[in-house]
Amino acid sequence: MRFITSIAAALVEAWGELRVSRLRVMLSLIGVAVAVAALTAVTALGAVAEQSQREQQERYQGRPALLTFMPSDSTGMKSPDPSLTTTAFQDAADRYGIDWTSRVLQDSGSVELPRGVTEMPIMAVDPDYGTMHRIAVREGRWFDADDADRFAPAVIVSTDLWKELGSPDLRTHPHFELSGTSPSTAVVIGVTGETCDGQCLSMTMLYDDFVKTGFTRIDDGPGAYIPQPSYEAWVPPSTAKKLMPRIASAMSLALGDGWQINPSRMDYAAQLGGYDPYLPLKLAVGGIAGLVLLLGALGLVNISLVTVRYRVREIGIRRSFGATAGRVFFGVMMESVVATVVAGLIGVAIAVAVLKNPTVIGFITSSVQDVPPFPISAALIGLGSSAAVGALAGLVPALVAVRVKPIDAIRL
Amino acid sequence: MTLLRLEQVTRTVELPDAEPLHILRGVDLEVEVGDHVSIVGRSGSGKSTLLNLLGLLDEPTSGRLVFDDVPLERMRSGQRDRRRGRDVGFIFQQFNLLPGRSAIENVVTPLLYAPPAQFWRRRRLAADMLDRVGLGGRLDALPTQLSGGEQQRVAIARALVRGPRLILADEPTGALDVETGERVMALLDQVAEDSGAALITITHDRNVAALARRHYRLDAGVLTPTDADVAVGATVPVGTSAAAAPSPVAPAWPAASSPPVAMPSAFPGERL
Repeated sequence: MRFITSIAAALVEAWGELRVSRLRVMLSLIGVAVAVAALTAVTALGAVAEQSQREQQERYQGRPALLTFMPSDSTGMKSPDPSLTTTAFQDAADRYGIDWTSRVLQDSGSVELPRGVTEMPIMAVDPDYGTMHRIAVREGRWFDADDADRFAPAVIVSTDLWKELGSPDLRTHPHFELSGTSPSTAVVIGVTGETCDGQCLSMTMLYDDFVKTGFTRIDDGPGAYIPQPSYEAWVPPSTAKKLMPRIASAMSLALGDGWQINPSRMDYAAQLGGYDPYLPLKLAVGGIAGLVLLLGALGLVNISLVTVRYRVREIGIRRSFGATAGRVFFGVMMESVVATVVAGLIGVAIAVAVLKNPTVIGFITSSVQDVPPFPISAALIGLGSSAAVGALAGLVPALVAVRVKPIDAIRL
Repeated sequence: MTLLRLEQVTRTVELPDAEPLHILRGVDLEVEVGDHVSIVGRSGSGKSTLLNLLGLLDEPTSGRLVFDDVPLERMRSGQRDRRRGRDVGFIFQQFNLLPGRSAIENVVTPLLYAPPAQFWRRRRLAADMLDRVGLGGRLDALPTQLSGGEQQRVAIARALVRGPRLILADEPTGALDVETGERVMALLDQVAEDSGAALITITHDRNVAALARRHYRLDAGVLTPTDADVAVGATVPVGTSAAAAPSPVAPAWPAASSPPVAMPSAFPGERL
């Protein structure tokens, strides 16, 4: 209780001093507030840019570690048979205890839209794909296991395609016709964020539905193009290196002679190898903010020193009323810390206000869908550095204050 | 019961390229609880140094200083500071109110170094104390808005708010005119008596000295007990002539006014 009281009393004392010398404090703290705003903004910018970049990378290349296996026939004599390769992949995945797998096929097909039959990119996947690529569905939902049993295939459309359909409420089960060897009616169950001013008409459906619909005409003859899916497995990054060749060889063994499995890993963690592409930028702007903070701190030290000299009498009076040397030291230090923390709060608020502005966010993330939340870590770094600067700037004046001889000071 | 005892206390300052300066020489002093002692002396006689020692702000070069049965040398620096805060109240010649702070904020100051029980009730305690010195209606007045007498009353409230056992008044009326000074002293005397604190007044004003029960004179670092007349005769009072000064023992209160007691009624809203 005594300790808490001492802290509370020192805070009361510091606040009282700051209140009395508002102008001085304000002038000395502008630099600190600006520097903290810059530092926080830079940290937050880095975090937001990194997060947005990472989300994009995850959407296209998967979350670490995402292994991709691409079967190919080295003899060129055999027609690819997706059902065989799928079985080989599933067996290998089961053997190595991999829970998250998906077939992935990128193709195109014709659908009947209100404006007529339109050819558009179609992606065919398994339900796990959504988790493996952290797909954000803006409206409705992603696929689940039951969607495979539907009579009318479920599809997830891009924002542009959804708008093309007239932005219907998904509870009304909006649908459109799919052209293929077995034409069917697709029911929209979700909308993803892709948009490029109405040009990005695309959709995603379950792999089995895609095959059933028969967008690609298998009976076009022996030379016809038969799409071959790639196989993705999401595994813990620590085991990725070991699993990659093992799964590949298990698949080739199952498929027999002539089949080659090309394993690859495309996720950003594998590409960057721990390198942060934003590091140079972050270091440069962070360094500048650090310098500004240092200049602010020097200004604060200067003003605090002058003030302590001016306040020698007051310190003497406080000593005569029982303030210990430690308390005087702590009090002067707290004044500095309380002041810079207040400046830090203002700085962080400025940074938040700036970074919450969609225009600013647009500069750093090209295809922003939602303004990401302000990173707490950046705010904490801003506040922490302002408190540290306050403590450092308060140290010298606090040492001067402790050396004040009470009666000499009072009789000044 | 003895509160403070000085035994053969000396204080010497070593000077570079000169003989050591003997400021206090063999000072003996015993102050009882509730005592009222005056110490008079010319400028340079060692009054301030003695005040430093009495207020536990300095250490003697030789001799012993015992505060509340604890020798000074046995107290560590922090203990001495805490004991000073708890047991000693200072009143200064120039009031030394903290600038820019209201009356109540000034009186709250010593409570910032007090134990939790006093700290968390600081505003109430300070307001009560200001009320006791007749400034209950001017809690938020800044020092610049207060007259000299009012400022010294705030200083008295500040010195007494923690209930000290020893009040050290260093020329408490030095910056006041004679009449105001007498009223402030009457108040101080009364409040000290009410609270049972010992009061040591260091002054060269004979009227102020006359209010004490025991009198000392400090001359060239030597403290000698005197009777009231001798002490009073030591110096010429500041700001008045001997002829114009009222009798040292007569109450310094105008006949038409309230009696010179320390209760709020003594200051019915008037500006001293």
